Amino acid sequence: MLRNLDAAFSALADPTRRAILARLAQGEATVMELTQPFEITQPAISQHLKVLEDAGLIVRRVEGTKRPRRLAKAGIDAMDQWLAMLRKTHQKNYDRLDEVLAAIEPKKGKAAR
Amino acid sequence: MSKMTLKTEGDTNVVVTRHFAAPPEALYRAHTEPKLIQKWMLGPEGWTMPVCISDARPGGKIRYEWTDGKGGGFHLTGEYLQLEPYGRIVHVERMHLPNPTPDNHVETRFDADGAGTLMTMRMTLPDAQTRAAMLASGMERGMEASYVRLEGMI
Repeated sequence: MLRNLDAAFSALADPTRRAILARLAQGEATVMELTQPFEITQPAISQHLKVLEDAGLIVRRVEGTKRPRRLAKAGIDAMDQWLAMLRKTHQKNYDRLDEVLAAIEPKKGKAAR
Repeated sequence: MSKMTLKTEGDTNVVVTRHFAAPPEALYRAHTEPKLIQKWMLGPEGWTMPVCISDARPGGKIRYEWTDGKGGGFHLTGEYLQLEPYGRIVHVERMHLPNPTPDNHVETRFDADGAGTLMTMRMTLPDAQTRAAMLASGMERGMEASYVRLEGMI
C-alpha cells in the first residue's frame, strides 16, 4: 500500500494530472475529451493518463474503439485514508497541547485571567 | 469535533490549521520552550521525547529525539530562522531516519482569534517529489506504532 501511495502522491505532483483528475471527478471521459481543454498533444495526455493509471488513481473501460477513463475509487480512497491518518497523528499532539496550554500560567506582570 | 485541517497547497506545501483556546503567547511558548514541547510533541501513545533542544533565537539549533521505550526511535534536527514573539516562528527541520530527509521549511503563525488562537503551520518542501514522499512514507518509521492503532480507526 505504501508504494502505491508514493506513486499516487507523485502522480498528483503535476498540475495537468490534477486537472485531469478534476475533470474525471465530474464523470467518465475519453482521451479526446480529456485532451480538448489542454494546449498539449494527445500523446502527452496519454502519457499523463498512464502515470495516473499506474498509480491506481484511474481505470479504463473498453467501449468499441474507445477507452474511456474514470476515477478509481479504491486509489482515491487510499489517499484520503492516508491523509486522515496524518491528521489523526497531528490531532493527538494538539489534543495534548490543549492540556499543556491550559496549565500555562500567564507571565508575571500580566493581569490574571 | 474536528478543529484541525491538514491539506496540500500548490505543488510543494502542506498546510495545517488548528484553533486553540489559549492566547498566542501560550502557543508560542509551547512551541519554543523545551519543557513544554516535551509534553505534547510526541506522536503516538507510548512515545516520549527524552532529548529536546530548542535554542529559540535566529540561527539557534533544534534537536528533538523520540523513543518508543523499546529500542525504537529517531530524531529531528533544525535551525530557527526568524522568531517574532508571539506571532510567528520560521524554522527548517529534517528527520533522520537515519538518513536525513530533505529540508522542510516551516512557517508557524499564531493569530489571535476570538478568545483563542488560530495556528497556521505552512510546510514548504523543496519540490513536489519530496512532498509526495513525505506525505506517503516520510513519517512511517517513526510512526509505525500509530499505523497499527490508527488502521482500526479509519
